[in-house]
Amino acid sequence: MITAGLVEALTGIVGARHVRTAPAERLTYARDGLPTHRRVPAVVVLPGSRDELAAVVRLLAAHDVPFVPRGAGTGLSGGALADGAAVLLVLTRLNRILSLDPSNRVAVVEPGVVNARLSAAAAPHGLHYAPDPSSQTACTIGGNVAENAGGPHCLKYGVTAQHVLALEVVLADGRVVELGSPSGEPWGPDMVGLFVGSEGNFGIATRIAVRLLPQPRAVRTLLAAFASLRAAGEAVSAVIASGIVPAALEMMDQSCIRAVEDSVYAAGYPRDAAAVLLVELDGHSDDAVVAETETVHGLLSAHGAASIRVAADARERERLWQGRKKAFGAMGRLSRDLVVQDAVVPRSALPEVLEAIGRIAATYQLTVSNVFHAGDGNLHPNISFDARVPGLRTRVDAASTEIMEACVAAGGTITGEHGVGLDKLRYMPLIFDAESLAAMRAVRRVWDPEERVNPGKVVPVHACREWSGLRIADRGLRIEQQARSPAQSAIDNPQSAIAPRGAR
Amino acid sequence: MSLLDRVRALLGDDAVEIASGPDAVPRVAPASPDAVALLLGTARQEGWRVRLEGAGTWLPADAPADLALTTRRLDRIPAVEPQDLSATAEAGIGCDLLRQQLADHGTWLALDPPGLAGRTLGSVVATATAGPLRHGFGPVRDHVLGVTFVTGDGRLVQSGGRVVKNVAGYDLTKLEAGGFGAFGVIVLVHLRLRALPRADQTLVLEGTREDLTQVAEDVAAAGLQPAALELMSPALARRDGWALAVRLAGSAALVAAEEAGLRGASGGRFTALRAEEAHGFWMRAAESFATRPITFRTGGLPDSSDELLDLLQHQVGDEWVSASPGVGAIRWAGDTTVDRLRRLRRTLAGLEVPLTLERAPWPIRSAVGHFGAYREGVGPLVAGLRRTFDPGEAFVVAVEGSD
Repeated sequence: MITAGLVEALTGIVGARHVRTAPAERLTYARDGLPTHRRVPAVVVLPGSRDELAAVVRLLAAHDVPFVPRGAGTGLSGGALADGAAVLLVLTRLNRILSLDPSNRVAVVEPGVVNARLSAAAAPHGLHYAPDPSSQTACTIGGNVAENAGGPHCLKYGVTAQHVLALEVVLADGRVVELGSPSGEPWGPDMVGLFVGSEGNFGIATRIAVRLLPQPRAVRTLLAAFASLRAAGEAVSAVIASGIVPAALEMMDQSCIRAVEDSVYAAGYPRDAAAVLLVELDGHSDDAVVAETETVHGLLSAHGAASIRVAADARERERLWQGRKKAFGAMGRLSRDLVVQDAVVPRSALPEVLEAIGRIAATYQLTVSNVFHAGDGNLHPNISFDARVPGLRTRVDAASTEIMEACVAAGGTITGEHGVGLDKLRYMPLIFDAESLAAMRAVRRVWDPEERVNPGKVVPVHACREWSGLRIADRGLRIEQQARSPAQSAIDNPQSAIAPRGAR
Repeated sequence: MSLLDRVRALLGDDAVEIASGPDAVPRVAPASPDAVALLLGTARQEGWRVRLEGAGTWLPADAPADLALTTRRLDRIPAVEPQDLSATAEAGIGCDLLRQQLADHGTWLALDPPGLAGRTLGSVVATATAGPLRHGFGPVRDHVLGVTFVTGDGRLVQSGGRVVKNVAGYDLTKLEAGGFGAFGVIVLVHLRLRALPRADQTLVLEGTREDLTQVAEDVAAAGLQPAALELMSPALARRDGWALAVRLAGSAALVAAEEAGLRGASGGRFTALRAEEAHGFWMRAAESFATRPITFRTGGLPDSSDELLDLLQHQVGDEWVSASPGVGAIRWAGDTTVDRLRRLRRTLAGLEVPLTLERAPWPIRSAVGHFGAYREGVGPLVAGLRRTFDPGEAFVVAVEGSD
């Protein structure tokens, strides 16, 4: 329980300036980048060092108070929200780049370092940090680690998990452990790999060693316009199957194109195109990149590209990318509220799934704009709406669920880079069975036995509890017979999985 | 009812064979993931100790146990999706057969693990034994999109999926890849593939270790990104001197450009191998690791590779060594004692370099452990994870050793 005495003790650790209790101050942290979830934390604490953070965590453990770590609050799953029973630990003051070793291409940073700042610091050495979420000018490396963040260039260079070498972590009880080794070779089981993407449930990363990559010496960027989403989707499959791995392969549909072109981020996208593909090729050798660009150009033409534009210089390339990276912001022009969805499908399923999303949008009379990492099959359907209109929110939720179901039915998954957080809890039973969810919860309890770190996220706890007694019945090989009530199973009834407050 | 009768009743007569090895541990080969789950569920009830085997070509089949569970009948490839560059394969499929089937679909798994060609996929994933291609395509875990595994008490657990990006739930796949079976038996693997390279060129330069180390640094400084950049001891490379082998793979344009860059960075000293020569060169090196009694790997920073090679030379010899200086990984094979391994591991730990024992006879594995001691505070986490996935301690796996 959070008492006045606890707040005073927190103040004693981090200083009065860095403990926020006033309602207006706490409201600042009531949402993340996804506006459909709202939780007001009881107290907000901003530690200024690893030792302060560990002391705060130990204090909270002694008082059995749950807490939620948070970076810049740009997440898109409601994952960094704390309710009135929890303390929000904001890590933006832990923002030092502790070391940068160009010869080994390794940097060690604190969790509050902004993603783009790390690449800027590495640039003079001819290096960069590859994961580049659209929010990279604001999001933090700590948040990237918690979510296993991606970004357009992860198609070629991999997601955050492939770039994190070692971690220092404050556990739920305040103990500090080091995971991994400076080279990235696991020290025992791959605890770093297990930690990355655990959405804060396993502890707080306070030092993060990341791999840096050489900046490519040659880059070409193409913009191809298509008359249909299907044609654009088929072109994506053709490029992937060719063996050429673009640095990025992004798609935007007409609704998104027009939103961007109507905004200050206008990039010169063809407004009449049903879809555009933004393809980037890079590498060490200009000759090789030019040759691969020609091959990709040919593939795009052969699959119906109405026009193909190659960025003439770095400035034009930057403009093309700005339109893509700021597309979410541009869509703010369409309506008051925006739900940014995140799902992944096999790349060959893109044409069918995009058409299914179109049908779902029509059924629910909603505006759905698509801007996404086509090369990875990582969709971001964005639903624009006005939450003040009675009944509209219900339609948005129903459409979101149908989109997720369509992606899962196509062999995909419910999130590729935004995480489960609060928003996707209800979809977890769509892709994981009871045993698997129970196993995840058991793993979480190894790290955090009382489940006090970021409680109520990632694994639908209610469903796990109900499932924990169930055994291997449907394999016809039951070992421990137990009665099974259909009403207990979220597999039988996915809607029965715990729904976050405000998510429906 | 005897153990064998019990297993026959559960899985049928054809799932059981009486091992002909010296320890006469009965070998059970379940034909499906469900059968593995049933067997391990029963093992938990009966208190049987189980050792895990694939094709038996990598880790010696010598751990003391009541029965050996082999994945060799789990050898199907349920799906190869060339358009999605993904595949799903059961853990007992041999890497050679898998490679062939993938190639028939124009796809490629960019892993070249040490060991014999018929080594199982499950063995490679469970031990995370990447080969020289790690330089260009990353460690084993980067090629695994998801796994299904069976816990020590018979629970069938899925992790990840078959799409190339996936952050739904905790990434238990990372725990299984390189867990040496301590956290479950992998039964099904979803793989990330690449298109079969249009061009694949291997070039070799022979010389002294010092000279080749400098060349490797020059290659890295030139910004080249070969698929493999491997420094091999003379015995391993079957050459008179040390060898620096470079493999370039990708589009014809990319390989041509990289080859030109390589020649520029090295003063044109590399010799290109013909395709069949290159295949034999890499295959012989991989197989050599299975011919020595002990294999381990270390992971240091790239600029420490030379120092680590010196250390190995002094402490355990460097007759059979392969180093990937670009990523700091070194694999060693040979014969040595428990004491020397322990001493080496302690020395390396002081340099923040982990040593993972990949294969050795059971007396050495059980004494030294695959991992040895963990960093402070990590041991209880690993122990907790083991209890989670093997509450009855059914799996006979020497993860920590007795040091």
